[in-house]
Amino acid sequence: MSSVSIRKIRKSFAGLTVLDSVDMEIAPGEFIVILGPSGCGKSTLLNVIAGLDDCESGQIVIDAVDVSGLEPSQRGLAMVFQSYALFPAMTVRRNLSFGMEVAGTPKPTIVQKVDWVAKLLQIEALLDRKPGQLSGGQRQRVAIGRALVRSSSICLFDEPLSNLDAKLRAETRVELKQLHETLKSTMIYVTHDQIEAMTMADRVAVMHKGRVEQFAPPQSIYEKPASLFVAGFVGSPAMNLLEGSLDGAGRFLVGQRSIGSSAYPFEDPSTAGEAVLGIRCEDIDVVEPGSPDSIPAKLAFTELLGADALGWFDCLGKRMSVRLGVDAARSMRKEVGLRFDMAKASFFSASTERRL
Amino acid sequence: MTRSLPGERSVFGPRAARLGLYAFLFASAAFFLLPLLLVISNSLKPMEEIRQGNLLALPVKPTFDAWLTAWKSACTGLECGGVRPGLWNSIKITVPAVVISTLAGALNGYALAQWKSRHANLIMLLVMVGLFIPYQAMLYPTVKILSSLSLFRTYSGIILVHVVYGLPYTTLLFRNFYVGVPEEISRAARMEGASFLRTFRSVILPLSTNILVVVAILQFTGIWNDYLLGLIFAGNDNLPMTVQLTNIVNNARGSASPNVNMAAAVITAIPTLIVYFLSGRYFVRGIAAGAVKG
Amino acid sequence: MTVVFFFGIVAVFFYGSIVWTGYMSLTRSTLMPNYNFVGFDQYIKLFTNHRWLVSCLNMVIFGVLYIVGTLAFGTLLAVFADRRIRAESLFRTIFLYPLAVSLIVTGLSWRWVLDPVNGLQGLVRGMGWENFTFDWLTDPDRAIYTLVIAGIWHSAGLIMVIILAGLRGVDEDLWKAIRMEGIPLWRAYLQVIFPGMRPVVASCVVLLMSDVIRGYDLVIAMTKGGPGIATEMPAKFAVDYYFARVNLGLASAASIAMLVLSLLLLAPYFYSEFRRRT
Repeated sequence: MSSVSIRKIRKSFAGLTVLDSVDMEIAPGEFIVILGPSGCGKSTLLNVIAGLDDCESGQIVIDAVDVSGLEPSQRGLAMVFQSYALFPAMTVRRNLSFGMEVAGTPKPTIVQKVDWVAKLLQIEALLDRKPGQLSGGQRQRVAIGRALVRSSSICLFDEPLSNLDAKLRAETRVELKQLHETLKSTMIYVTHDQIEAMTMADRVAVMHKGRVEQFAPPQSIYEKPASLFVAGFVGSPAMNLLEGSLDGAGRFLVGQRSIGSSAYPFEDPSTAGEAVLGIRCEDIDVVEPGSPDSIPAKLAFTELLGADALGWFDCLGKRMSVRLGVDAARSMRKEVGLRFDMAKASFFSASTERRL
Repeated sequence: MTRSLPGERSVFGPRAARLGLYAFLFASAAFFLLPLLLVISNSLKPMEEIRQGNLLALPVKPTFDAWLTAWKSACTGLECGGVRPGLWNSIKITVPAVVISTLAGALNGYALAQWKSRHANLIMLLVMVGLFIPYQAMLYPTVKILSSLSLFRTYSGIILVHVVYGLPYTTLLFRNFYVGVPEEISRAARMEGASFLRTFRSVILPLSTNILVVVAILQFTGIWNDYLLGLIFAGNDNLPMTVQLTNIVNNARGSASPNVNMAAAVITAIPTLIVYFLSGRYFVRGIAAGAVKG
Repeated sequence: MTVVFFFGIVAVFFYGSIVWTGYMSLTRSTLMPNYNFVGFDQYIKLFTNHRWLVSCLNMVIFGVLYIVGTLAFGTLLAVFADRRIRAESLFRTIFLYPLAVSLIVTGLSWRWVLDPVNGLQGLVRGMGWENFTFDWLTDPDRAIYTLVIAGIWHSAGLIMVIILAGLRGVDEDLWKAIRMEGIPLWRAYLQVIFPGMRPVVASCVVLLMSDVIRGYDLVIAMTKGGPGIATEMPAKFAVDYYFARVNLGLASAASIAMLVLSLLLLAPYFYSEFRRRT
């Protein structure tokens, strides 16, 4: 178990800022997911941590040692790649042992470690095959095995599941989580898939345009997004967003309508000005039109999702999603009222796009 | 995203290693340039400088005399007309042969790429093997076939031989290209009612400019540089430049004047070199495409 | 229809010709074809013919050195060119241009450069080293090596380009994995990268092999088979017996022997290619 400190990492490429002063403190044994859309700098950040990419300024500190100047192989890290990057002409056994062989590890130790990993990942039967003879899922396991066999206290993952089909991805997700609980090593995992982030991470770092927008446990990322970007990126369907303004006296004004905002835990309840209200589809109730504190809305259509349903309503000039029971969705009337649970809502400043 | 190179810092990073790398590259460049430069430089020397025997020395009084002799009056045997007639013959042979073998290869390659059956695989195999058949195993029967058509040692005969012998190569290059073109395009054209040939001409050929250029360049180099087929099939009136060149160099009667020989060699090499330097990227791409045959 | 027509022509020219040649190799044809079947007499004559045997031996020596040398040199060039060098395209242009030069001009140029009197040897002697000797071109034991030098000069660029294309196609993650594992560069190339490029290397070998078996122009331009028969090659043997010595039967037998050799050498390649694709 090792801690990792990422301090003020900055990197630009061809005049474009790829990483903009990234800071992150990772505690020993944590499972960290770096989440973001493609091009947000998450893979570059991982490569910088690994030492595969140089950065312009900043430090990577592992267990209080500054490793910024060290070669990747000297940093005590292991890494699993998106395309697996298995050594093509070597058997699985050789793939697992080659790095140790090069490092001059004694033979018996190598054999012992390979056996341990093969058993752990249940790939004993594959040891004498070549990568070309393996399925995608099997290659994935071998790639993980090659990372684990080095017994590094930190393991990096670069979108390792994105080449697997949906079913296998779900299974491997669970296994990785269990593996983390067994090994208790520090894991840093890059993905654009929010389900992976939500299910596996102890903490999620959401990245956007080279910056960390929010670094928090998955549930608070979902419930209390720190910025408009996070609100829009995390969650499916995306959070409903309404532009309006706060009057500083407990009302949020949208056009002619106003919504009581006093239930929202403002840091400063007198905050006023242009703002964006964000509310999840499950934090909206459908009520009789004209009920107190409700806003009239018109049903556009419903989507049945199996376990539950989504109703799409035209409301305050926006189309908003509301999570419904299947029966309620089937018998939904055209004209309804919507009531927002303001205690669970989010407010963002329209200018800084940060949470209020 | 930049390409990360392994060991950039550790292995080739130290200045010494980097220097060694460049030393090797420059030595290699010298090895590749040496013969060409020597031949060019000596072809520009007058005879008295040649007699001094210093191959490396640059010409003191550069002159194109040797070039003129090689061009107009060097003896290829009984005739003394230089390589000029050879140049014209080579152009006359190469241009139609390149055009026909390239277009026919495109048509065949497209047909082969479209045709999906067990037989198609067998034909592919036969075509691929055809690439590697030593010419010697076909030479004499080809002579007989052409004689029976009264084409042996004629202008049309040599073109026909180049086209036929070049077809497996061009067919394969085009087939490999067309296999990568989405089938939907041809199917859409069929749905519109276009015939096979119509589809090929109006839909497929316009997609193929790059590969057409690549194949034409490779064929041009190959046919221009051919020696054996020209020697056997062209006939005395159509001998290509390569054959004329060896005749000049090996001419028993002509006084051995190395500068003229070298000038003749340079003149012979110039057309393909021009094509090479003008088309650099296409040439490289063609080679890479042709290498992974099948 | 047109297509069938083209394939028909190719089939007749190629495979019809081979059958015809094969048949003639079993007859006593000399100047004119003679269709009296004499079994394998011509092959027995062929393989007791001193000049043929020397030709074959020469081809093996030339072939091995040429293939190994060209592959090694071309690969080295490719590896170095892949190291983010300056002026990469200039170097590539220089390394590759010999391929655009005909084998005839290649052979002549090297013949002049290596000429003992006027070439390198004379030059070095003229500079004061009177005892410097580099007369491989006229040394019956060494002349074959001059062909190897010229051959490598002609084809190394080709191999470089092919291998370089292969190297550029290597998955970037693989390079990252190599760095993570701390594998030294030479081991990475020898044990990971090149073994993974086996099909590419195989096509290189096949290309070079077909050069060797067909090799005719280079010999004609450079040594004409000499000194003596020191650089005779099977391809030249066959052409000489077809046209200069008019012994159709023997020439056909030699051609068929070359064909069989090519097919034997190519069979493993074709076999693996086809298995890979189906």
